[in-house]
Amino acid sequence: MELAEISTGWYLLLSAAVFAIGAVGLLVRRNPLIMFMCVELMLNAVNVTFVALGGSLNDLGGQLAVFFVLVVAATEVVIGLALVVAINRRRAGATADDMSLLKG
Amino acid sequence: MAEAVFAVAAVLMLAGAVGVVASRNPVHAALFLVQTLVGVALLFLLHDAHFLAAVQVVVYAGAIVILFLFVIMLLGVDKAEDLHIEPIMGQRPLAAVVGAALAAVLGTVIFTGADALSGVVRTSGERALDSDATDIERFGRVLFSEFAFAVEITAALLTIAVVGAVVLTRRLAGARSQAPAGAD
Repeated sequence: MELAEISTGWYLLLSAAVFAIGAVGLLVRRNPLIMFMCVELMLNAVNVTFVALGGSLNDLGGQLAVFFVLVVAATEVVIGLALVVAINRRRAGATADDMSLLKG
Repeated sequence: MAEAVFAVAAVLMLAGAVGVVASRNPVHAALFLVQTLVGVALLFLLHDAHFLAAVQVVVYAGAIVILFLFVIMLLGVDKAEDLHIEPIMGQRPLAAVVGAALAAVLGTVIFTGADALSGVVRTSGERALDSDATDIERFGRVLFSEFAFAVEITAALLTIAVVGAVVLTRRLAGARSQAPAGAD
């Protein structure tokens, strides 16, 4: 069954658009939770390029890379959300602009 | 058929991505993120990456977004944020310029490099996508032979992340008095 007859360029363009939207969101939004979601958007855009190029090269390596990106994204979210919870415990409603210092 | 699926996935992804960036309520942003992730899973299905599509829906759209929603509810930040306040002068126009420039650079690279892969030899053997094995069988074979070391490192990473999350959110017995009243 060969469904992937759409040229790889379309996948790359779509993922470039999603990556740019995620980057703009990361720059514009100040809520740390939404900034994390924008990072997830960018990671997913890259995952699409991995699978599309792996498909066009007939190689499993792209899918394996996506698998490891998924695991690393999961750990990144766990640590990031733990940091957000820890910061919010000290200062409720903190935005990214309030966290300009490393010390509490 | 494939074109229709691709079009649906593309619309889902782009609309979801814009929704994440533009929605005032963090809960809505998380739900838009689910929409984008489902679009990505559809693209994985188009490439016959069935295992990845399932993992994408279960782990990403399931576990990770639920974790986001848990934290949103836990912190009580599920109220709408006023997006009209612009703390740094000119931040939004500058961000739009940066985003447009990024998209232009990526698009240029994609168009100029369109035939860069034409001379590359297609993979054959165990890692080839058109081998006889099923998707998940092929995936497991390569993952636990060629990438066994990476899997071990990943296991260590996950353990460290779990311990780190506990350490970061743990409250010491002596520090309890510093917490604001009613924070528990």
